[in-house]
Amino acid sequence: MSNAKKKTGLWLDVWKRFKKNRMAMFGLITIILLSICAIFADYIAPYGYDDQDLSRSFLLPCKEHIFGTDNFGRDIFSRIIYGSRISLTVGFFAVGFAIVVGGILGAIAAFYGGKTDNIIMRAMDILLAIPGMLLAIALAAALGPGLRNMMIAIGVGSIPRYARVVRASVLTVREEEFVEAAISIGASDARIIFSHIIPNAMAPIIVQATLGVASSILATATLSFLGLGIQPPIPEWGAMLSSARQYIRDYWHLTTFPGLMIMITVYALNVLGDGLRDALDPRLKN
Amino acid sequence: MSIMVENMKEKILEIKDLTIHYIIEDSVVKAVNNLSLDLNRGETLGLVGETGAGKTTTALGIMRLVPDPPGQIIGGKILLNGENLLEKSEREMRKIRGNKISMIFQDPMTSLNPVTTVGDQIAEIIRVHEKISRAEAHIKAKEMLELVGIPENRFSEYPNQFSGGMRQRVVIAIALACNPELLLADEPTTALDVTIQAQVLDLMNKLKEEFNTSMILITHDLGVVAETCDKVAIMYAGEILEYGTLDDIYNNTLHPYTKGLFGSIPDLYRETKRLNPIPGTIPDPTNLPPGCTFAPRCTHKKPECEIHRPSLKQISDTHKVKCILYDV
Amino acid sequence: MMIPVLLGVLFIVFLIIEITPGDPAAIMLGEGARQEDIENLREKLGLNEPFLIRFVNYVKGVVTRFDLGISYNTKRAVSTEILQRFPKTALLALLSSIISAVLGITLGIISAIRQYTIFDNLATALALFGVSIPNFWQGLMSIIIFSIWLGWLPASGSYGPEYWVLPALTLGTSTTAIIMRMTRSSMLEVIRQDYIRTARAKGLSERVVIVKHALKNALIPIVTVIGIQFGGLLEGSVLVETVFAIPGLGKYMIDAIRQRDFPVVQGGVLFLAFAFSFVNLIVDIIYSYIDPRIKSQYKRDKKEKSDSNKNKKEVAYE
Repeated sequence: MSNAKKKTGLWLDVWKRFKKNRMAMFGLITIILLSICAIFADYIAPYGYDDQDLSRSFLLPCKEHIFGTDNFGRDIFSRIIYGSRISLTVGFFAVGFAIVVGGILGAIAAFYGGKTDNIIMRAMDILLAIPGMLLAIALAAALGPGLRNMMIAIGVGSIPRYARVVRASVLTVREEEFVEAAISIGASDARIIFSHIIPNAMAPIIVQATLGVASSILATATLSFLGLGIQPPIPEWGAMLSSARQYIRDYWHLTTFPGLMIMITVYALNVLGDGLRDALDPRLKN
Repeated sequence: MSIMVENMKEKILEIKDLTIHYIIEDSVVKAVNNLSLDLNRGETLGLVGETGAGKTTTALGIMRLVPDPPGQIIGGKILLNGENLLEKSEREMRKIRGNKISMIFQDPMTSLNPVTTVGDQIAEIIRVHEKISRAEAHIKAKEMLELVGIPENRFSEYPNQFSGGMRQRVVIAIALACNPELLLADEPTTALDVTIQAQVLDLMNKLKEEFNTSMILITHDLGVVAETCDKVAIMYAGEILEYGTLDDIYNNTLHPYTKGLFGSIPDLYRETKRLNPIPGTIPDPTNLPPGCTFAPRCTHKKPECEIHRPSLKQISDTHKVKCILYDV
Repeated sequence: MMIPVLLGVLFIVFLIIEITPGDPAAIMLGEGARQEDIENLREKLGLNEPFLIRFVNYVKGVVTRFDLGISYNTKRAVSTEILQRFPKTALLALLSSIISAVLGITLGIISAIRQYTIFDNLATALALFGVSIPNFWQGLMSIIIFSIWLGWLPASGSYGPEYWVLPALTLGTSTTAIIMRMTRSSMLEVIRQDYIRTARAKGLSERVVIVKHALKNALIPIVTVIGIQFGGLLEGSVLVETVFAIPGLGKYMIDAIRQRDFPVVQGGVLFLAFAFSFVNLIVDIIYSYIDPRIKSQYKRDKKEKSDSNKNKKEVAYE
């Protein structure tokens, strides 16, 4: 069997195993639906995210506003749809940032070994010594508000995770390729990286990344809840919870729906990540 | 004359038509099939066979420790001193395990609880079956340690501080602490160095003599059998193919499989260029051949062998064999 | 081996301080302060020194005088403010740990024994929800349901034991879930081991086998998890205190963010990071005590080391 055909055969097996896991499928479908909401928010949301109508404020869920309206009379359902944009964007970019930076560091550490490896891994240990959420809070407070700053603040804490994964993959492959590498030099370094290291590292990175997006979305909500990052009137689920606090005695719907969205999204991603992990390496399951 | 002598010996264990299956997803692993065995008091029976023959399952069956999903004892009787173990309640079995029948397993490195001292592990079994105080149990445990050749001041040490051979001695101490009538030893020396093997076997023999314990020794090593056993049972694909005294089996080998086993041992005194393994492999336990289970590999195969499963025939008062060649 | 890590943490916090906008001297003196006063204060505080010198001074200050800066708001030492409020945070984290440990371990054991039954599947699903739910939202919803609708428990403050129920349960939810999953997998692995079979062959009842033999072994990695999670609880308490208005270190830090009182935020993060490392260290030490394999390995290594030292000395004289 040719290499290409073997590869598609392997991915097909993974997909078949994945399909059997109903929870994981639920997660996948949920995330796909959410992504559609994020991309096509303008078409899906019945109202704009900042369409205020003070005469219709604080409405409980009803026919025109299925999640009710907030203190400015804005439709909560629409704001939640638009909110998915923020959550997913920050989530993906924070993780992407961490994968790139962490991956490069991990690859360098494993490739050159020795002192370089020691120094880089020590630096990763130091980053891990500060609890992730605290680091994000401190960074966000220092960097100031804004989407980009949030991505960096959240991403920095995740760097060590991906550095370790990539480093482990490079080390495994380095053992195998040692003989070949000893013979051919120079150009084949790049080929080794692309045709061997990256495929080897892909599976654990995908799993970690999925779970990473889950925790990034949680972190985004947390930062916004605390008043860091998102500025009104942009609808972020955590920020919506923050402004719902003052009305908690009388209007439960302001609190319930945004939080429910956060939980469902994070749950879907967690379940998806677990399912991917089981499908990619069923041996680990036992 | 000799018939009378044999029948006058007291039978401590009688297994009749024992059948144990493992049910896994869609297939049924027929581990033990209509197995019958006897053991006299004070004797050592060597249960010999290749890996996968069903020896461990048989021993677990006697202890009623076959893991219940997926294993099940389908039928048969196991008589210990005339009482059928398969009819006993779980509570009654717990009184028998460790007390009337003990079992020791193959790998000493993993058979002991890593976070309890060896002394406590011996004392534990004593306190389960005898109503004595903790202090008294400790004293008895220390005696057992000395008995198996371990200084009693090592009572409070943990298993990882002992070598493989010494751990197996601890296992033996635990097994014999309550002076059981029957000891089931599942390949007790296979995982040990050859030199340590001899020591451990000597120890087992010595203790066996001292306490008059009956023993079933599971092994695939015919050399070990020759050193320690009185009777031998050759097991294959869940059945006993040949059974007899040491003399019967070694000097009057009957079954083609048994002959094959002896033939495959390289002879120290003869120069040979190649080994003589028995051709083929053991049958798939989920798909046993109809007729004789050994037929596919047998050099003396006849056409009837593949259709008709032979039964165990008594050749002499001690010697039984399951082969069409000896159906008179 | 912990020292370089702590040094590194100091460095990172220092970097964060550096990138924070605003001139500390100007902020401390307030609006309308004169330029030369600001300059004088900058000199006094050593703010004009080069980067490395300021870092060294910073480290010296933290290590020798426990100086974490001055609060912009109250003008008092940050360290004093922190120490005043930390006990409430520690208490909350401790309560949550205990609840999570008891609940998590119990549920985990039952799940393992009844693997694949309805209980197990339900527990696993609930555990997944437990780690997915944002703790501040859980707090808010608990207030709505148990305080406002049912009126069973108070919503804010810390004036008596009943005030701690909702906060501790909220904070402990994700930890309970993690401990439960960990216990389950640890038990499942242990139950498959050979020594469990040996225990059954001794004639022990199944209950004794599970509790005395399986659990004793399974708990070892679980204790580590509990210890590590304690650090996470310190982190989570920041949010839970805010939601339930408990006057601990977390709420103090969040309020400080709103008031742009940066030294408090940075000092708080540093303090909690150190507390986190300290807890991890304790966990390592406890672990080496409760696992006899590690304990005897440690003794053996010490003996080998002193043996090899003796040998070294002899060789040096040749």
